[in-house]
Amino acid sequence: MSEALKRVVLVDDHQMFRTGVKAELGGAVEIVGEAGDVDEAVAVIKAARPDVVLLDVHLPGGGGIEVLRRSQGAVPSKFLALSVSDAAEDVIGVVRGGARGYVTKSISGPELTDAIGRVAEGDAVFSPRLAGFVLDAFAATDVPAVDPELDQITQRERDVLRLIARGYAYKEIAKELFISVKTVETHVSSVLRKLQLSNRHELSRWAAARRLV
Amino acid sequence: MEEETATEEPGATAATAAMAPDTAARRLERVAEGRIVAGVSRGLAAHLGVDVFIVRAAFMLLIMASGIGVAAYIALWILVPAHRPPESSEPVPARHRRDWGQLLAYSAVALGLAVLPWGAAGAVQWALWPFVVGGLGAAILWQQADRDQRQRWTLPLRQRWLRSLLGLLLVVGGIGGFLVQKVDADQARSVVIAMLIILTGVAVIVTPWVVRLWQDLDAERHERIRSQERAELAAHIHDSVLHTLTLIQRNAHDTRQVQRLARSQERTLRTWLYQPRADPDQTFAAAIREIAGEVEDDHGVPIEVVCVGDTSLDERLGAALQAAREAMVNAAKYAEAPSVSVYAEVEREEIAIFVRDRGKGFDLDQVPDDRMGVRGSIIGRMERNGGRATVRTAPGEGTEVRLEMQRS
Repeated sequence: MSEALKRVVLVDDHQMFRTGVKAELGGAVEIVGEAGDVDEAVAVIKAARPDVVLLDVHLPGGGGIEVLRRSQGAVPSKFLALSVSDAAEDVIGVVRGGARGYVTKSISGPELTDAIGRVAEGDAVFSPRLAGFVLDAFAATDVPAVDPELDQITQRERDVLRLIARGYAYKEIAKELFISVKTVETHVSSVLRKLQLSNRHELSRWAAARRLV
Repeated sequence: MEEETATEEPGATAATAAMAPDTAARRLERVAEGRIVAGVSRGLAAHLGVDVFIVRAAFMLLIMASGIGVAAYIALWILVPAHRPPESSEPVPARHRRDWGQLLAYSAVALGLAVLPWGAAGAVQWALWPFVVGGLGAAILWQQADRDQRQRWTLPLRQRWLRSLLGLLLVVGGIGGFLVQKVDADQARSVVIAMLIILTGVAVIVTPWVVRLWQDLDAERHERIRSQERAELAAHIHDSVLHTLTLIQRNAHDTRQVQRLARSQERTLRTWLYQPRADPDQTFAAAIREIAGEVEDDHGVPIEVVCVGDTSLDERLGAALQAAREAMVNAAKYAEAPSVSVYAEVEREEIAIFVRDRGKGFDLDQVPDDRMGVRGSIIGRMERNGGRATVRTAPGEGTEVRLEMQRS
């Protein structure tokens, strides 16, 4: 993060919250645009082409998923979902929609800056709760996986997720498992890919539940 | 047929109300009000603008003269759409009288059918009686099935049961009569087959009625649940959220108190919104969330809980939960960390709880032996119950308490 500041667009329908986030991020990133609903967000993202979009899950006009659907292919930006919601449908839904990570709004300023940097580099960002959902969804079942490559997570990935759920930072995970931070990132990105592409029952159910709203 | 003419008005008014300008070119529809069988005659009469009696007489003549009357009637029954009465105009009062009239009409039709075509064929005719009576009962049941849903709901329940019972009695009577007459014959097998056919017919007739009744009940139940949920939501917001907002305004000067109130309310609301309703006395995940909430309230430090899997509680898990509470209290009280992370997982063979903070940590060896917190309440309690507790800490490194227990 010592290089040029990451260019960020902030999408949230609460003006007060946007102001708060801007204050928290301070000078750590460059805010190049803001939007309060889906249409506005799509226009701003296409015009500003930011490195990272901080995307609220609940937005008037179709929600964060709609923003992802309409702008994802058009810009090289990465998306980081930000929400007050703890519901699995919200979290899994937006990640399967293409977001590279999910953090709750209670996240601290430095943690958010860190997460933005990580997402901008193409890595994934998992909150403890998201890790918990993934562990739940990929829990060992007796049902044979349709596509073992996508429908199961490896023991190592499980170890990493468990540590994230326990509140460990990537650096701490690396130390705990005697691996490099880069390897931790690789594991998390691999889980993200499975999360987005797998057809495991729990994931599709959660994603479908969100689409109905 | 006198009773029929007496009830002509409601049907006619309903039809007139439906099509405001009462022109000659009225759409041909089967009229449900005041019908005898399917409302074909009545609909036809309304369409042609003649008295319904003329149409009925014509049908009867055609039926008696040849089979063409029956064929024509059935064809019209199938092809002509049923008239749907407009929402508001429902002539409920006339229904009771019409029902009895209809029954009488059925009897007349059945009698006619029994007497007319076979004339003086003697015993054969009497053997057919059970069929006629059975058919009559079935026809009444069929009538029920064909009726508009809304109408059935406005009908008094008692009457519906009376009619169903009557239909059933007639069917049973028909079958019984059939058996009595054939009892001496050695064609027992054909009797049974005939009975099966009758019963199958009745099942075919009754099934749509039962299905529809079931669907109605289901829809009604859903509606009731929805309105209950709305009421519950309103009550919940009133009792908790508004109450907390008032308290926050009163305590505006005390930031710590405001934070505690807001946090506590947030947790309650979250649990209510997102977590499946579970009893903290029954399930592990709900219990650990509740404990975290209580510790958070008591000590004003946010505790983030992540649970994977769930199971029902037993005594040993209860001990593990007590140890977890102690660990949370320690973290909240002494660690001076901004927040505490709790992770609980239920696996096939064991459960594990991790309580972690990034606070100041401590040197485990320096803890005096008389301090019960860690040794007694956490490590000792776990070991007494066949589990184990590990404390990882160092000054400046934060603390993690790991509790593990085999599932029984």
